[in-house]
Amino acid sequence: MRYLLVPFILIALSLNVFAIGVDKDRLHDPAQEARAQQIMKQLRCLVCQNQSIVESDAGLAVDLRRIVREQITAGQSDVQILDFMTSRYGDWVLLKPPFKMATALLWLGPLFLLLVGGFLVFRYVRQTPVKATPEPLSPEEEKRLKHILRDNNK
Amino acid sequence: MPFKRFLPLFIFAGIFVAFAVGLTLNPREIPSALINKAAPEFSLPPLQGDGIGLQTADLNDPDHIIIVNFFASWCGPCRIEHPALEHLGKTEGVKLFGIAYKDRPSHSLSFLKSLGNPYAKIGADLKGRNAIDWGVTGTPETFFLKDGVIRYQHIGPIHEVQMEEILAVIKELQQ
Repeated sequence: MRYLLVPFILIALSLNVFAIGVDKDRLHDPAQEARAQQIMKQLRCLVCQNQSIVESDAGLAVDLRRIVREQITAGQSDVQILDFMTSRYGDWVLLKPPFKMATALLWLGPLFLLLVGGFLVFRYVRQTPVKATPEPLSPEEEKRLKHILRDNNK
Repeated sequence: MPFKRFLPLFIFAGIFVAFAVGLTLNPREIPSALINKAAPEFSLPPLQGDGIGLQTADLNDPDHIIIVNFFASWCGPCRIEHPALEHLGKTEGVKLFGIAYKDRPSHSLSFLKSLGNPYAKIGADLKGRNAIDWGVTGTPETFFLKDGVIRYQHIGPIHEVQMEEILAVIKELQQ
């Protein structure tokens, strides 16, 4: 029984289970296909938005994958292929937005918040505790105190 | 210190406004990167017969506002916007062209036969390659051009209630 279990576990853990976006027109050269996959992983599927075109089965994603492979075969560089996409769909097509004036808040915002938060924590931890100097007792309080102490000494 | 006391309120108000604006944006609408740029070079076959159905030269018409509508017979929303297209096709100073996206020409033809053909010219984009050159993400999408330059893009069907908005855009382009 245990001998049967092992292959079953191996099959379940196999990454092939998750293989989506496997096209018939993959490139014959494994190095070129790896490059294509690397580029496709950076491109957003414009129909299903938070998937890359590698993961998506939408018609447009299939078309864009085909274009990436064609351009690689035609000898285009990675940058040229990404430019082809952004010149049509804008920066939105890139899953990792480029650093620009318009995206500065996106990239630097978390760092800014961390610095502000860090500063506040630092200041809180370092602050010297306020020493409370009590007001001197009024003559009436003095009198009451003496009265109480005298009572206790009895 | 009154300012320090109200600081959390100001921060809250800032975040509130940012979220309120963010929630009104539609992440489904991805504008084409070609707005205010020249239309892509293309030449598409007609739905019937040989020759050229629609090409870039057709869009360089100084006397008209050119509307290019991507449609398909298999696309439900395209049916919804059809009356709006009929309206636009009849509008003065406007030329309406159609590009049939990933559609069998025979299907496009029967679609137009049953609903009416509002287009002055039609090109068949059989593989959807031309649509990618325009930055189209799906049908229907409509581009408004002046002097061969894309000036406005409408994503999704043009509903009857949006006609006023669209006609205002055309009027503005005409000036």
